[in-house]
Amino acid sequence: MKNVDILIIGGGPAGLAAGLSAKRNGVENVLILERDKCLGGILNQCIHNGFGLHTFKEELTGPEYADRYVTMVNTEAVPYMLNTMVCDISVADDGDKIVTAMNKENGMMKIKASAVILAMGCRERPRGALSIPGSRPAGIFSAGTAQYYVNMEGRMPGKKIVILGSGDIGLIMARRLKLEGAEVLCVAEIRPKSGGLKRHIVQCLEDFDIPLYLNTTVTCIHGKSRVEGVTLSQVDENMNHIKGTEKFVECDTLLLSCGLIPENELTTAAGASMDPKTGGPVVDSTLQCSIPGLFACGNVLHVHELVDHVSAEAERAGAFAANYVKGR
Amino acid sequence: MSRYDVVIVGAGVTGCAIARELARGQRNIAVLEKNADICEGTSKANSGIVHAGYDAKEGTLKAKLNVRGNEMMEELSKKLDFPFRRNGSLVLCFNEEDLPKLEVLKDRGEKNGVKGIRILTPAEVWEMEPNITKDLAGALFAPTGGIVCPFGMTEAFAENASVNGVDFYFEKEVTSIEKTADGFKVICWNEIYETKAVINAAGVFADEIHNMVSDKKLKIVPRRGQYNLLDKKCGDFVDKTIFQLPSKLGKGILVTPTVHGNLLVGPTAEDLDDKTDTDTTAEGMSKVFKEAALSAPDINKKMVITSFSGLRAHFDESGPGDFLIEELDKAPGFFDVAGIESPGLSAAPAIGQYVAEMVNRRFPVPDRIGFVESRKGIPNMANASDEERESLIKQNPLFANVICRCEFVTEGEIVEAIDRPVGARTLDGIKRRTRAGMGRCQSGFCQPKVLEILERELNTDRGNVCKSGSGSEVLKGFTKEDSL
Repeated sequence: MKNVDILIIGGGPAGLAAGLSAKRNGVENVLILERDKCLGGILNQCIHNGFGLHTFKEELTGPEYADRYVTMVNTEAVPYMLNTMVCDISVADDGDKIVTAMNKENGMMKIKASAVILAMGCRERPRGALSIPGSRPAGIFSAGTAQYYVNMEGRMPGKKIVILGSGDIGLIMARRLKLEGAEVLCVAEIRPKSGGLKRHIVQCLEDFDIPLYLNTTVTCIHGKSRVEGVTLSQVDENMNHIKGTEKFVECDTLLLSCGLIPENELTTAAGASMDPKTGGPVVDSTLQCSIPGLFACGNVLHVHELVDHVSAEAERAGAFAANYVKGR
Repeated sequence: MSRYDVVIVGAGVTGCAIARELARGQRNIAVLEKNADICEGTSKANSGIVHAGYDAKEGTLKAKLNVRGNEMMEELSKKLDFPFRRNGSLVLCFNEEDLPKLEVLKDRGEKNGVKGIRILTPAEVWEMEPNITKDLAGALFAPTGGIVCPFGMTEAFAENASVNGVDFYFEKEVTSIEKTADGFKVICWNEIYETKAVINAAGVFADEIHNMVSDKKLKIVPRRGQYNLLDKKCGDFVDKTIFQLPSKLGKGILVTPTVHGNLLVGPTAEDLDDKTDTDTTAEGMSKVFKEAALSAPDINKKMVITSFSGLRAHFDESGPGDFLIEELDKAPGFFDVAGIESPGLSAAPAIGQYVAEMVNRRFPVPDRIGFVESRKGIPNMANASDEERESLIKQNPLFANVICRCEFVTEGEIVEAIDRPVGARTLDGIKRRTRAGMGRCQSGFCQPKVLEILERELNTDRGNVCKSGSGSEVLKGFTKEDSL
């Protein structure tokens, strides 16, 4: 069995900053496990700018921001493994964590760690969780999936697009799809105001004449094989749909940008207490979960508005985990 | 023109079960399916229940084949390796005055040959199922009730049939059937399949297929059932399948664990005109929860990961009110297997045998030499032990590459799903065979990766890969094609 002092699960912005910080705080034997084929996480597909104003005092794109951290990780020789999936975290009698992981080269691996930092990030809320009635054809994507197709693969998820939800990814994708040649018909937001950053509303919607309909949601999806349209309806202050306000909008694609959910399968399976408000684990002032030696940072803990905040929090988690290891 | 001994119309669970049974004889069999995959109609959107067999009136085919199918299920699920669990079922009775109706069900069950059924007091029910309503007068307990993976069962039948020589054809819609001197011409637009026998297992379209050869017209009214599927976090909310006393429109709203550990509530029962209308509605989705709350008030509605609906093949008033499984007098060699609504899934293995016996009597053939009796399913990394995982990865490193994080499905499983007999060609096909995309993120992360694997394995472009059938291509061209 491999032994490490601090194991970090996830090689996105949180995991990279946590790994660096743990090492900078004097713990040499750390290891970052990343399930994807490269480090950087979701930043790799966020090719727009606006990252790093706090951390680096300049405006970077997502891949540039990630690259800054990847370069530091490489320069400071923080070890990591790619294409490696963590299957399970358990606690041994001596309080050490036993992490089961697998990859193509090593098969199943058991890694013993004095502390573990959870940095798995979050995922998007899917259609089912929104309970949108209607048919279930091709052409319904979460905004992040569409972003992957466009920015990583150069493919279009559709040509005539309605976006539900004005979260930042939705706003960014409205502009991106318009630039890539799609017709972006509107962004519908069920709440009375957008949840996205003001600058995104201006730069992604207003500058491109994409209408934002507030107090509006999708109440039906139409189309057998492919989306053929959606019904937009207005909602009252209790978010109940107002009869008589239905409007059919012809489109071939519906993007959903309706919130993010921390990804905590491993955390719950390990038995850590969860906070129903954030969707993340309950942590103390040292970012430690209810299980001693288990730390959490970034979007797995709660969804952050800016990656800069994720990095700052992860840096603290790395330092706290280092203190924990040194104190044992 | 292709020539067959038997043409089966429809690759749902019924058609596939029949195909497998008929393949025991030395005959050439074709299955024609109008969708792009097996299990695309009623078979893919139902409760996944193996009923005990107390619902149907004694003496009916529904009663007989339900009970027989239930008895066969355990052994068959092992032989053909599909997920099945005998979890038992409860029929709840909420009022004292309705208690005699439980007795009626119990009597009927006993007459149908259902074993071990008994009536429980509320206290006994709560001991079994603590989340059941306190507003309870009693319940009928049927220990032989079970849950099954409807996709898994259909795949198992289809795959095994294919291994035993059955030819499957997809996106073949039967447009007409002509009688010939020694059988039939089954016509799919411009293609002709000549055959001695036709089995009509066309689900909600079985009336249309029947009416192509018979003057005695049938009419099937698609009866829509809407469901909400909940996160695995609430999979142990109940252990048994919880029914309510049946009404005229069916068995009411049920609450059940699925064989994969989700919680399922539904279905509604709405008679429609459109045989393709599998839309969900706001009314339907809320009705399901409202009525399910009678059985178990604390179901967590926020845990819904998806909603879906399916259509049951229900005969109209003039129909037989039972499964219609018979050879037509006026068209010898044409066999109807129609009106297969609930308990069709439970009965499917028995329907397969029953129809095969009927066909064998009319068209006797020698046994197929070397009939392959069993089949091993796609390995399941999610449920495997660390040792089993290790050994699978050693055989094929693709089993170490997790594609669907929510359901823990690996590249190895997805590649198998494509490469197997009657393999997956679509995203939905992959989803049904491996559960990739079936979890709480509903394919947000894995969809691009599954497309990439389909592209590679099918030697196509990902732009051609469909969600379900042609017209449902996931992607629409390249970036900047029509940019500003």
